[in-house]
Amino acid sequence: MIVDLPSTNTSVLNRKLVHLRESGGVLALGRVLTLVIVTNDGPGIEDAIAAANEASREHPCRIIVLARGVRKAAARLDAQIRVGGDAGASEVIVLRSYGPLAGDEPGASMVIPLLLPDTPVVTWWPGEAPQSPSKDPIGELAQRRITDAFATSNPARALELRRSTHVPGDTDLSWTRITLWRALLAAALDNVPHEPVTSARVVGEPVSPSADLLAGWLTARLSAPVKRIRSDAAPGISSVRLVRPSGPIELVRPDGKIGTLTQPGQPERRVALHRRDTKDILAEELRRLDPDEIYAGALQGLSQITRGRSSAGSAAGAGRRR
Amino acid sequence: MTSARERDLLLDGSSNPLRDPRDKRLPRIAGPSGMVIFGVTGDLSRKKLMPAIYDLANRGLLPPGFGLVGFARRDWGAEDFSQIVYEAVRDHARTPFRQEVWDRLAEGFRFVMGSFDDDDAFDRLAETVADLDRVRGTNGNHAFYLAIPPDKFPVVLKQLSRSGLTAQDGDQWRRVVIEKPFGHDLRSARELNEVVNAVFPEESVFRIDHYLGKETVQNLLALRFANQLFEPIWNSNYVDHVQITMAEDIGLGGRAAYYDGIGAARDVIQNHLLQLLALTAMEEPVSFRPDELRAEKIKVLSATRLFEPLTETTARGQYAAGWQGSEWVPGLLDEKGFNPESSTETYAAITAEVDTRRWAGVPFFLRTGKRLGRRVTEIAVMFKRAPHLPFEATMTEELGQNALVVRVQPDEGVTIRFGSKVPGHQMEVRDVTMDFAYGAAFTESSPEAYERLILDVLLGEPSLFPVNNEVERSWEILDPVLEAWAAEGKPDPYPAGSWGPESANQMIERLGRTWRRP
Repeated sequence: MIVDLPSTNTSVLNRKLVHLRESGGVLALGRVLTLVIVTNDGPGIEDAIAAANEASREHPCRIIVLARGVRKAAARLDAQIRVGGDAGASEVIVLRSYGPLAGDEPGASMVIPLLLPDTPVVTWWPGEAPQSPSKDPIGELAQRRITDAFATSNPARALELRRSTHVPGDTDLSWTRITLWRALLAAALDNVPHEPVTSARVVGEPVSPSADLLAGWLTARLSAPVKRIRSDAAPGISSVRLVRPSGPIELVRPDGKIGTLTQPGQPERRVALHRRDTKDILAEELRRLDPDEIYAGALQGLSQITRGRSSAGSAAGAGRRR
Repeated sequence: MTSARERDLLLDGSSNPLRDPRDKRLPRIAGPSGMVIFGVTGDLSRKKLMPAIYDLANRGLLPPGFGLVGFARRDWGAEDFSQIVYEAVRDHARTPFRQEVWDRLAEGFRFVMGSFDDDDAFDRLAETVADLDRVRGTNGNHAFYLAIPPDKFPVVLKQLSRSGLTAQDGDQWRRVVIEKPFGHDLRSARELNEVVNAVFPEESVFRIDHYLGKETVQNLLALRFANQLFEPIWNSNYVDHVQITMAEDIGLGGRAAYYDGIGAARDVIQNHLLQLLALTAMEEPVSFRPDELRAEKIKVLSATRLFEPLTETTARGQYAAGWQGSEWVPGLLDEKGFNPESSTETYAAITAEVDTRRWAGVPFFLRTGKRLGRRVTEIAVMFKRAPHLPFEATMTEELGQNALVVRVQPDEGVTIRFGSKVPGHQMEVRDVTMDFAYGAAFTESSPEAYERLILDVLLGEPSLFPVNNEVERSWEILDPVLEAWAAEGKPDPYPAGSWGPESANQMIERLGRTWRRP
């Protein structure tokens, strides 16, 4: 069910929510958190809502979408409530704000009365994010602040901002996207021989915050030099190589879909390593709401990686050529 | 084989720099390994195991190069087997189908044709497994899933041993997975354990009780031991009694022949319900390490006794024809191919007590049945009434006992029942319920029990699997009931679609309680 409340205010909205609950019983399922999505109004918001709805099947939540419209207009709030089949396992409140209401401070004031009592608040900026999410009026309300450096207009700068303004509770979807890579690499080191890694190399697209974070993570975890090679050969991350005395472990993904894991003395193993949907990474993000120290470590590691560039060519040869 | 200690070391990251206990995102991917399934044509394989293996692969939790070998008498080629798995995945998998995941998984499929007494077939199986080690890099780590009737266990185990498939050297592991029934009484359970342990050491034996893989059952431990709210009242001072129910709405249909002579008590109470009882009643484990958890379960099971006399504290029934919801269904004795003289029970209820300070005097009522009102499994902890009610008697006429109900299936979650004032100008108190469901209505997000259990087998993580000690102890509890029932009397008939025979109601009423309608 979708209820439109054009040109309204938050107390009317709140009354309507209570009314919907009493009359339809549609909001009666237990909610575990409030997810605030902050974005500019436009066609893109439906994708964000759809991803959040999917994630809500795992984490029942109230979703508040702050869709900011034009600033040069009279102050006005159009609200929409979606419940039942139109909202997955969640209830969605879309706040379309114009004029002064599209600013940060009023945005936070509109969200406050709608937060679920005594449950965690998560803020997600699917596109452009504030310089320092934890100092943002809406970010301040949240225990967890999710940004997405890759989705911004300048990912490299965005990642640098994430690094310089990081506080516990911040996280970035570029980090979530590499969980599977990290898991495969960690699993490869689980088995004998337990040798130290002497050097490592990550090859990926020139603009890939995920490849940078993977290199940063390896730097933070291994006391060994890590090189980040820029290459156009494949989408996203194209290969990771961990060098050990007995030979290198290599995970190569030339097509963005299938990875090949090579280890000394072992047959080649292939593994599906597709890029993950937004709904999957968002669901993973909502699974834990405590500070992610490992991510903080990876951000710190960013400054210690050596950078290089490969001319277009095979990802495997990229390292040797520098 | 890695010992528990070595594994802990690995997990806390002291030998693998990429692991860190604080890195909670990182899933544990099973190490290089493969699985051999006996009984690939059965329902269990097609509806549960194969879909669960695909779902694990899709979630990225299977090792690259995983191998899956099917063993059956069918005259199949590798493609036929692949087709069977494909259909099972298409019809029953929980997660969406992804071609690239399927392709990688299917590369590791092998099929070996043969019967269980065929030495040659097992030699070929050994070659196939060795070939997987070579080509796919399964590194000699293999789990053997016996999805076959238990009377076939001895021959298969002997064959595995003869063909050298059970030999574990160095870092390699071989594990065996078996499904219930684990025997039909204490003696046969011991025999079965001996047969299995003769070939596989106990730490390599994984007994599947799929209930223990369910999220809610694990959540019971979180509910009890992570909260301050419940543990203080989790004892005989506050708890009046506990009802553990597993009801099915289906009848026996095609499984009738298997069921004759087994019955509801052996089929369900001995394993599922006594395990649920153990988790409900056990003391807090020192830690959540598998051996500590198991130590508490065994302690509580060894303190569990039956209420006597058994003629008054147990009940059994057999479903008769009746309306199951909107459908008229035949009684057990009229089921096709069933022994019309059978005295096998399809409903069983027992009364147990746990002889510890915590639970002294608190009856635990366990019941299970087929063709009951609806399909439901739940643990209901019923609390005592408040010792004093400062209301007029008329105000609390509709107030029952407070209850905390763990709903295991369907609609996984927790319900709390308490008294609340009825709106209006009169003071009137009535029972209300408060529900919690953690995304439970949506099975696509909550992993199937078999996914969890298969992954745990590959990881060598034994927490959720009962050991031989627990199995034998459960039979010790149940055997007197089985003997008493065998000695005299017959099950009481009850109409299909009802909540069991009248004798079950009398049984619980003798102790001054009534059954919840689940």
